[in-house]
Amino acid sequence: MHWLARQALRLAVVLFCVTLLTFLIVNILPGDVATAILGGLATPEDLAGLRADLGLDRPMLVRYFDWLGSALSGDLGRSHRSGEPVLQAIADRLPVSLQLMIMAQIIAIGIAVPAALLSVRRPGGLFDRLSASAAFGFLATPNFMLGILLIYLFSITLDLLPATGFSPLSEGLWDNLQSMILPALSLGLIEWTVLMRVLRSDLLTTLKEDFILLARAKGLPPWRVLLQHALRPSSFTLITVIGLNIGGLIGGAVIVEQIFALPGVGRLLLGGIFNRDLILVQGTVSFIAVGFVVVNFLVDMLYAVLDPRVRHVRFRS
Amino acid sequence: MSGAVSATPLLSVRDARVGFSTVRGMLRAVDGVSFDLQAGRTLGIVGESGSGKSVLVRSLIGLVGSGSGAIVGGEVKLDGQDLRGLSAKDFRRLLGRDIGIVFQDPMTSLNPVMKIGRQIGEGLRLNRGLDATAAARRAVELLVEVGIPEPERRAHQYPHELSGGMRQRVAIAIAIACEPKLLIADEPTTALDVTVQRQILDLLQREQRERDMAMILITHDLGVAAGRADDIMVMYSGRAVEMATTREIFRGPRMPYTEALLRSLPRLSDATHTRLSAIPGRPPDLARRGTGCAFAPRCTYRSGRCEAEEPALVREGGRGFACFHPLGGGGGASA
Repeated sequence: MHWLARQALRLAVVLFCVTLLTFLIVNILPGDVATAILGGLATPEDLAGLRADLGLDRPMLVRYFDWLGSALSGDLGRSHRSGEPVLQAIADRLPVSLQLMIMAQIIAIGIAVPAALLSVRRPGGLFDRLSASAAFGFLATPNFMLGILLIYLFSITLDLLPATGFSPLSEGLWDNLQSMILPALSLGLIEWTVLMRVLRSDLLTTLKEDFILLARAKGLPPWRVLLQHALRPSSFTLITVIGLNIGGLIGGAVIVEQIFALPGVGRLLLGGIFNRDLILVQGTVSFIAVGFVVVNFLVDMLYAVLDPRVRHVRFRS
Repeated sequence: MSGAVSATPLLSVRDARVGFSTVRGMLRAVDGVSFDLQAGRTLGIVGESGSGKSVLVRSLIGLVGSGSGAIVGGEVKLDGQDLRGLSAKDFRRLLGRDIGIVFQDPMTSLNPVMKIGRQIGEGLRLNRGLDATAAARRAVELLVEVGIPEPERRAHQYPHELSGGMRQRVAIAIAIACEPKLLIADEPTTALDVTVQRQILDLLQREQRERDMAMILITHDLGVAAGRADDIMVMYSGRAVEMATTREIFRGPRMPYTEALLRSLPRLSDATHTRLSAIPGRPPDLARRGTGCAFAPRCTYRSGRCEAEEPALVREGGRGFACFHPLGGGGGASA
């Protein structure tokens, strides 16, 4: 399909730009992986030797296209630092980041949708004003602040949940969830605010439509008018924002993973940057970029599920 | 309204008022309108845009009000039952069962993301207690009735896959699904191609007769009301300014505004390229109404009294008009 070809082309262009830029930026950073491995006391000869061993003495563009060639054949290389295959390193961390992302979305959507629906029942009413104030309060809080506050409240004061650390699912579902609740809350409690505001605003627009009047004229109670007639046509911006959030979180939440010591993709990336581990950073960033584009592609597909008119146009073109 | 006085009217409206409080003060969109409608009859409500005709009818069935800041007053009885005294739940039940409504633009009055069959069946399931299968079957029957070919296929389509005329047929199917006693058609042909307007009006009229429903046909076009309505109520600036049978209106209007509306209708007997007669001036600002007759500034018959005093609706036989200088009646405008 024509449209699919366009999407694939877009993905290719985005990836090329992102990987090239990452390569350039990491190279500009002072210090390199050889220094990181051998430490500050190493002799220039040792450093040069290690650089030659790692192939870092070749020109930058040669190294880039060399990397690109093997990446295209599915080989993202091995970490300079640990020798671990990059793909394997990402695959090991990905489940943690994905779980964090999914739980954060569930929390955000679970708060945002009911709050928006209740708000538009009486715009300007008590609930609407309270939820708007709450939303702006949370929105103004940085997620690391919120994370620290949550640790203080739930781990230190109430002693209900662990402050840091991760229990894999293999150690039991409850242990696993316990270790993920606070990180997911730090993300979700901020994200719901934007979701709620965009859904509320789109709902208010939809509620002015004639088909809402017709639904009311059929005798449908207000909550059924909202859920069955207003919600779906009002959820486009919501889906778009959720897509962007998921895209942003697919590569892990760097700060939150760091605060809660979660072994996710975000921490992998951060470690790679600190160690000047170019191959690892390059691979991780490429993976994040692919994830972002793929998620947005899926969101585009979802538009068609939500609105038959989009399907119509797409199959015609 | 006119006709048989003996029978209890199906719909009885007394002193209906709708006001919107705005920054410029109270805007009286509907100001003391009363009428009766007998079962099986069609009332045409005619007026320019902004005359309050749609607001009036929507306020009667509770579709204007909560949330919009409107203040609604007056008495409305359907089948002798006072609608204003009902609980929200009882009112919804009555609305779903006894009143059907068709809006102007079927593109916006049908839910764009819901299949047509489901939109028709929804009211049946809610108000008639049909299960999903029975409602779907009945929806197809209704599509046949409103003249939609291939009804089984159409029932599984979305509104955008149909033409404007077909969409309005679907809207009519929705309106009549629960066998209402009253059908409200709010400018049902204004958004449609001229070629299908007549078909839609014919369909409405046929359904109204076969089901013995009462119908309110709201239109800005006296020509639309001409062949379809038994009685006509002309509205201007939120008030009823003339009420009569359609025949009487066309024979000879009493109110100069009605005469002006009639003059602005194109006639086949006119020579080609005859300019249509337009009503000079503009409808009045509802928030800043003076003391006199609202139509006076645009009226060719006005006198000093018209600008000082507002004429009340005078009843004379079966008809009514609000004018200090009523026209003679009896064939005045039909020349």
